[in-house]
Amino acid sequence: MKVAYWPGCVSRGFTPELHGSMAQIAPMLDIELVELDRANCCGAGVIAEHNMELADTLNARTFALAQQTDTDLMMNICSTCQGSQSECQERLDANTPYRDSINETLKAETGLEYERGIVNKNFLWVLVEDIGLDELRSRVVRPLTNLKVGPFYGCYVVRPTDRLGIDDEHPRDTYMQQVIEALGGTVIDYAGAYKCCGFPIITMNQKASLTMAGTHLGDAVDAQADCLVTPCPLCHLNLDLQQPVAEKVVGRELKMPVLHLPQLVGLAFGLEPKALGMNKHVVRPTSVIDWTQSVVGSAA
Amino acid sequence: MPEYTLKIRRYSPETGDAAYWEEFKVDLEGHRSVLEGILSARATTDGSIGIRCSCRAAICGSCAVRINGKADLACHHHLDHAAAESPDGNTITVEPMGNMPIIKDLIVDMDAVHWKKIQRVTPWLLPEGPEPEREYIVPHENMVDVTQTMACIQCGACVSDCLSMEVDPLFIGPAALAKAYRFVGDPRDGQQYERLKDLAEDPHGIYDCTHCFMCIEACPKGVAPMSQIMRLRRVAGSDQKINDRNNGYRHEKAFVKNIEKYGTLHEANLLPDSYGGKFHPRAIPVLAGSLPAIVPALLRGKVTPAKALHHHKLPDQKQIRAIYDTVEGRDSRNELNLYIEGYEDEPVLKAAGEEERGPHS
Repeated sequence: MKVAYWPGCVSRGFTPELHGSMAQIAPMLDIELVELDRANCCGAGVIAEHNMELADTLNARTFALAQQTDTDLMMNICSTCQGSQSECQERLDANTPYRDSINETLKAETGLEYERGIVNKNFLWVLVEDIGLDELRSRVVRPLTNLKVGPFYGCYVVRPTDRLGIDDEHPRDTYMQQVIEALGGTVIDYAGAYKCCGFPIITMNQKASLTMAGTHLGDAVDAQADCLVTPCPLCHLNLDLQQPVAEKVVGRELKMPVLHLPQLVGLAFGLEPKALGMNKHVVRPTSVIDWTQSVVGSAA
Repeated sequence: MPEYTLKIRRYSPETGDAAYWEEFKVDLEGHRSVLEGILSARATTDGSIGIRCSCRAAICGSCAVRINGKADLACHHHLDHAAAESPDGNTITVEPMGNMPIIKDLIVDMDAVHWKKIQRVTPWLLPEGPEPEREYIVPHENMVDVTQTMACIQCGACVSDCLSMEVDPLFIGPAALAKAYRFVGDPRDGQQYERLKDLAEDPHGIYDCTHCFMCIEACPKGVAPMSQIMRLRRVAGSDQKINDRNNGYRHEKAFVKNIEKYGTLHEANLLPDSYGGKFHPRAIPVLAGSLPAIVPALLRGKVTPAKALHHHKLPDQKQIRAIYDTVEGRDSRNELNLYIEGYEDEPVLKAAGEEERGPHS
């Protein structure tokens, strides 16, 4: 399949290994990535907080750029992009006079126009709904046997359920568990899977922010997870990059590796950890990877 | 009639025993509510089960509990739905709400948390100037603007599930902040600036919300407390220019300017700019405190010095600036509240999984 690919800002900024690992596994899943390299930041909820119309116009621009490509759908690799863009799309698609007014600005300033009803999916949703778990399973060459993985979704890809199309037919809030199992891993049930990593308030209330991150990481440690996996690079920043600081805030050692979703898929597809950028993580995934043999397994 | 299993969290402080789980079987039609299930168990099996309830019609807001881990009104949740959501498809877990002390079984102390926080935001009008001879005249659009917050029935479901309050019990919280907007948005109130200044400067105020959508998900009345908090921030920052000590407004401004300048986020600039700039005295201790994160990030090549210093502008950056100029140049903000306007058509996203239309509709 061919997708209009929006990697987001953070996957090309402070988590370059996310964008890199997605590029590695895409051809292995027969996904052709048409990168939206002229698209803009989704606003991460902050621009919408400042001015709703501004956020809606900026995202309408991204959607319009995606609609100019000859692709099957638009795909992102960031929960926060998914949530912020879905919020704008909900307003744009719900009300014709409002959409027309946004399009008026968009046309005047960029020559672009958004047509109602874009399909914009997180890579996680594409994996389960468009590629399928059977297909995914068939491409596994190195099953993640004995690897105990805790899913960490990120708020923006699970709430609000109605806006994100989560229902009985699309239990998108269970896809992470399904993917981990399809790759041969063991799902770890722990308290933090659907909670907030705390990143949005890191500059406003660092203590509360890192108490969130530290608590979820600690819960995963207590549940004996080998690693966490997340479809959100912003969660990755608080869970991995900030983990040494979070350890101080919650007063315990954590040492919990956090993988990006495409990295987990890539490991099961037989790619080398280094090729997936896992050496770039602040918390080295030594419990996940036997670096000497590059074989996936628990540390023991 | 189908049989449902209710797994209820029990706790009686006078016994001195720890809280425990107890299962009850109830025979009721699936369309009957979880509350009816609990009351049936109480009537037939154990008269000591504690639950607060009154109207049984989702109006009074008394019976909020956690059903399968999520807060909702027990009278507003069907047994068959609750069973379907449970991990084994039958056992419905019922617990008291979170973030509040438990008095007995499913009854929490609303006074200790919820009502204290409501009082915290001065939940009454503070008009200024002489009283009008007759009634106050309020423009229609102003009343419509606060309608959503007025739908609150004070059930506490949003307080229960608030993730910021979970780590910071002093957070004023979603219900009280939604109530605050009720008065901030009312033109009869004469203390808009003072109210906002108070809520912005409080370290546990409007900028302590982590944007997790839990309250939006929990609210049985569509109040969307988080959206009301964002409105408070918007009025506090953009209209009243309240430059709070929590970096709330500075962070928002730094982010919005960052995108106006580059089109995509230049992260290395965002953190220091949120504190007033790299060399601002406020930024220095924060950056120093972040060294345990920054140093390994540099060592591992996650962040390179070149990337930290330089960020490419989008090829069409002037388009972004033009959008900013037009939208930010308006006399008043153009906002669409779907709670008030409603959906013109069926939401498209819901159908996205079934009909694959691609980016082209």
